[in-house]
Amino acid sequence: MAELMYWEAIRRAHDEEMANDPLVICMGEDIGMAGGTYKATQGLYDKYGAERVIDTPISENGYTGLGIGASFLGVRPIIEIMSVNFAWLALDQLFNSAAKVRYMSGGQLEAPVVVRSPGGTAHQLGAQHSARMEKVFMGIAGLRVVTPSNPRQAYGLLKSAVRCNDPVYINEHELMYNLKGEVPDEEYFHPLEGSEVAREGKDVTLFGYNISVHWCLQAAETLSKQHGIEAEVVDLYALSPLDRAGIRASVGKTHRAVIVEEAEAPVGVGSEVMAIINEECFFELDAAPVRVSAANVPIPYNHTLERAAIPKVDDVVAAVRKMFGK
Amino acid sequence: MNVADKKRLLREMLFARRFEERCYEAYVERKIGGFLHLYPGQEACAFGVMEAARPGRDYVITGYRDHVHAIKCGADPKAVMAELFAKETGCSRGRGGSMHIFDVEHRFMGGYALVGGPFPLAAGMAKAIKMKGDDDIAICFLGDAANNQGTFHESLNMAALWDLPVLYVCENNLYGIGTRIDRSTAVVEQYKRVDAYGIPSAQVDGQDIEVVFKAAQKAVKHVRSGKGPYFLELLTYRYRGHSMSDSNAYRSKDEEKMWSKRDPIIMLRDRLIEAGEITKDDYKAMDTEILDQIEDEIIAHAESSPEPKVQELEKYTLAENDPWVRGGRN
Ligand SMILES: Cc1ncc(C[n+]2csc(CCOP(=O)(O)OP(=O)(O)O)c2C)c(N)n1
Repeated sequence: MAELMYWEAIRRAHDEEMANDPLVICMGEDIGMAGGTYKATQGLYDKYGAERVIDTPISENGYTGLGIGASFLGVRPIIEIMSVNFAWLALDQLFNSAAKVRYMSGGQLEAPVVVRSPGGTAHQLGAQHSARMEKVFMGIAGLRVVTPSNPRQAYGLLKSAVRCNDPVYINEHELMYNLKGEVPDEEYFHPLEGSEVAREGKDVTLFGYNISVHWCLQAAETLSKQHGIEAEVVDLYALSPLDRAGIRASVGKTHRAVIVEEAEAPVGVGSEVMAIINEECFFELDAAPVRVSAANVPIPYNHTLERAAIPKVDDVVAAVRKMFGK
Repeated sequence: MNVADKKRLLREMLFARRFEERCYEAYVERKIGGFLHLYPGQEACAFGVMEAARPGRDYVITGYRDHVHAIKCGADPKAVMAELFAKETGCSRGRGGSMHIFDVEHRFMGGYALVGGPFPLAAGMAKAIKMKGDDDIAICFLGDAANNQGTFHESLNMAALWDLPVLYVCENNLYGIGTRIDRSTAVVEQYKRVDAYGIPSAQVDGQDIEVVFKAAQKAVKHVRSGKGPYFLELLTYRYRGHSMSDSNAYRSKDEEKMWSKRDPIIMLRDRLIEAGEITKDDYKAMDTEILDQIEDEIIAHAESSPEPKVQELEKYTLAENDPWVRGGRN
């Protein structure tokens, strides 16, 4: 198994899917000749040409809608939106056209588009370049939302998303493109629904997704070494639909839950997971589930404030210790 | 356009008029719910343009005033009415309603309720057509007020940049709900606005179906020959309010009267009578036949059709049995 960086894994998925099907295209700002801000489409322009690797104008709603319209006729576009903050401008087409068209046409039309976009807090990019809005996407019926936490998922989820007949939003992370990890050498399709146990444990479940899976894993190490608490880490790579059975299974085993999200708490992944725990396994609980979330502020520019705004590994450890009265 | 074509189009337009008027009544009877935007007055636009294109083969998309466009593409009027009655036999299975008529089999790619939403979708369909190497075109019908959306400018820019086979048809009925065009739009002549993108365009009388047809022939030829997009502005007027909740108080009686003298159906009818091709009685008989057909076949079918099943509430939200999903823990 080869080690690839997150961006290399995404690039490989693009390449394989474009080689497999001449109707797969990719589009976005600077993704063609320039190879993409995060290199996710590097080299594809030379290989597949300008008709299939499309440098778009800065018209997020327009080109997303164009991709959706093309998908009505069987084209399979992978749309990169440079930052999730700009994806706000494309929400009309994504939510009002792609997510609803199958339903409102009574099953006659579908929009098999993939929209990829990085979110998250990186290095002092300021409020308008640091959004974490996966929670907005996951609230929309008719849209799938996945969020890879490692290169294997980044590769396999994109490949499945391209072939799936639903619109899929892939939430990547600004800070993770250079993350290294093993990716199978043979072709691999990651399921678009479900969750993964990233670390087995028996005392408490830490639910994470995308970058927060890594915080959970670090916190679990500390908890094990310093406090004798064995945390299970569940990677919620699929945010919509969420893996209700997987959540139930883990909480049914550990009887305690902490949800860790990089975003602000209101109406977030954490609140949704807590609601599911409440609905699915309330009587299994030994303690009230808690969330570890960001401060409810636009992300500040100042580095110290920026770090203070989002959760840290220590916050996860502290939340678990408090739960155990330690 | 030969005489036989004109006679057929007279019938098609009259059918559309009576269909829409019957929708009005059904709405008042509370058989139709939601928003209902009717088309009387504008018939020459849809029929004139589509007559110059290939109904059922070229892809058509539009906004919420969409029943007539769907029917001209080949949608069964029974299925359209059943959709308005929210029945399972409706063309969108009762899930779409007046603003979301779809008939993909006849390449009517939908009515969309967001003003300006179809502009990029049409460009995307044109992109797909081009990739597949077909000689079909995409036709996008929208109102004048829609041109003030960003999607208009974003889409025209891309369509021109990439020479996409898309025909934009602006049905300029002078109003966006109750706001007259000169109160919302800096440049009232819509066909001039696309000059900024180097897109050829024309403005013609949208009440005279022969004029529309001729202009559309030129437009369609341009688009189909691979020369990129074209923009056709049709000057027209809707007789009713914007929707059923619009009392239409913002328009003067004089203005309405002036436009009613330029009725697309009456103009064509009178021309055919003058030429001795039909008589007044022929027209009356045709009208009666249409009214009967609407009542006996179309309304009766809509009335007697079943509602969608509540057990199927969630059907059509996501693809069924998609192999790439494989839910559950792995
Ligand atoms: C994005 C959006 N904004 C506002 C509305 C409400 N609205 C519905 S129709 C309409 C006027 C549109 O007029 P025009 O484009 O000229 O089309 P017409 O109704 O005259 O055919 C407005 C403002 C909407 N449906 N979508």
